Amino acid sequence: MTALIYELKASYAFVERNINIVKRYWAWEIVWLFYSITNSLSVAYIAPGVGALSRAVVDSHYLVLYLIIGTIVWRYLSVIFYWLTDIIGMERWEGTIEYTLMAPIARLTHLTGHTAFAVVYSMFHTAVILSITALFFELDLSRANLIGGALVLLVGSISFIGVGIVAAILPLLFPEKGSQMTHVIISLLLLVSGVYYPVSVLPAWLQVFARYSPATYVLEGTRAALLDGAATLALWQYILPLIGMGAIAVPVGLWLFGLAERYAKRTGKLKRNG
Amino acid sequence: MSIQPIALEMQNVSKSFGQSSFQWFKRNGAGNGVRAVDNISLQVRRGEIFGVLGPNGSGKSTFIRLVSTLLVPDTGRVTIFGHDVLREERAVQRLINRVSVEAAFFKKLSPLENLMYGARLYGLGGAEAQRKIVAILKRLALRADAINKPMEEMSRGMQQKVAIARALLTAPVLLLLDEPTTGLDPRSKREVQALVRELRDTHDATIVLTTHDMEEADALCDRIAIVNDGKIVALDTPSELKKLVTRNGHAPTLEDVFMQLTGKQLKDESDE
Repeated sequence: MTALIYELKASYAFVERNINIVKRYWAWEIVWLFYSITNSLSVAYIAPGVGALSRAVVDSHYLVLYLIIGTIVWRYLSVIFYWLTDIIGMERWEGTIEYTLMAPIARLTHLTGHTAFAVVYSMFHTAVILSITALFFELDLSRANLIGGALVLLVGSISFIGVGIVAAILPLLFPEKGSQMTHVIISLLLLVSGVYYPVSVLPAWLQVFARYSPATYVLEGTRAALLDGAATLALWQYILPLIGMGAIAVPVGLWLFGLAERYAKRTGKLKRNG
Repeated sequence: MSIQPIALEMQNVSKSFGQSSFQWFKRNGAGNGVRAVDNISLQVRRGEIFGVLGPNGSGKSTFIRLVSTLLVPDTGRVTIFGHDVLREERAVQRLINRVSVEAAFFKKLSPLENLMYGARLYGLGGAEAQRKIVAILKRLALRADAINKPMEEMSRGMQQKVAIARALLTAPVLLLLDEPTTGLDPRSKREVQALVRELRDTHDATIVLTTHDMEEADALCDRIAIVNDGKIVALDTPSELKKLVTRNGHAPTLEDVFMQLTGKQLKDESDE
């Protein structure tokens, strides 16, 4: 019990530190939020644009909501992903990585604190974007299963946390360009997961990758709940694969992170700043 | 006088960088890398200030990183109060703390925020940590208004004081000081050196100090290991080391000792 309290206290170190960092970089946070809102609006306006360009009858309300769900869910997942991959990158930038990694705490404690902050931060960030984006459109959520949608999103976070931990290995192994390499992972997920289009429009060989992306199930699940009003029980077809992926991705991520840390300590890669 | 227990022991420790894993490269002479620490064995007793003196690139920082669990030795064994740094990493980490040559902080955060982070990592609660932080920073004569200002607005000397405060917060029984005065102006250097002396006098801490400043080593250390190219070339008290050389007209310095043993200057122009 004492050990658990010790680890929980230590875990809070990362939450408090990240809150302080966000407060100190408040101007950047506003810029980032502004960028995210304009980006989401740009995507959502594709819906009325399609109608205007094709001159065909398009269910504009459906398409707007389809794209807004895509951009909001993607924003939520990618913010978690980037906070996690930054677990090493930000400390390399500040030069604190050795200090943090020589602290007497389990790596699980380290990642738990950082992840807890990432999830809460991402929720807040996404809620602000959604609130402002919603002001620009008449969104009809009368049929939506909001609780079901939130459930899919929360369960999906776990598997994305696993993916984020795996990606965080790159800055550990490649001090100079590791952080940039993580963009490749997120862009591949963006391509295959059906963020702005159904996965079915992709070539068959790319659809194979979609099956292994947790984002695919999060997006399909939230769309089923919010667009089609699917009952929560019907959402299990999306939630179960997400639970499975999370159950694999998180422990595998932790294990790989441990191996990478050991490798970095063996080869002296902790020392070098990118 | 009772013999103090061994705080730090290194047995035949070596560490190389840039070594190739492929046998072909090894056979052809390539991929052997740089041997930063070469078969070092030593013991440091509790309560000692132990100096590791050597020029830039002599392996001093690698030595500190091996002790502080940040590097895995290629061969040999490092123990802290009997705990193996590889097999009992967490136990070792609870006993040590380190002040590095560059004051590693979150630059936008204040000393208070950085120290709170450090304190929580070592399991201290918020109220206890805050009380200790304020007390330590006051003792280090940090201006009251600087406690909440970003670290980036502080001088290097003040940053280094905060780094020492961070290490003291966790009450380490083995304190590793990796060139703590490098790059500091003379006044800041004297302040940090006074702090190290105070630590020896008031805390029950063992201190391992790396430096290329011979006067600093002479003034602070009980024993000194002179290192060159990763090897210990001499290890003794400052006065015994000086007996290794004879000079006409002036008392020998550690610089003379180093030159006699290695044929090199301890400081080169790039150090300045």
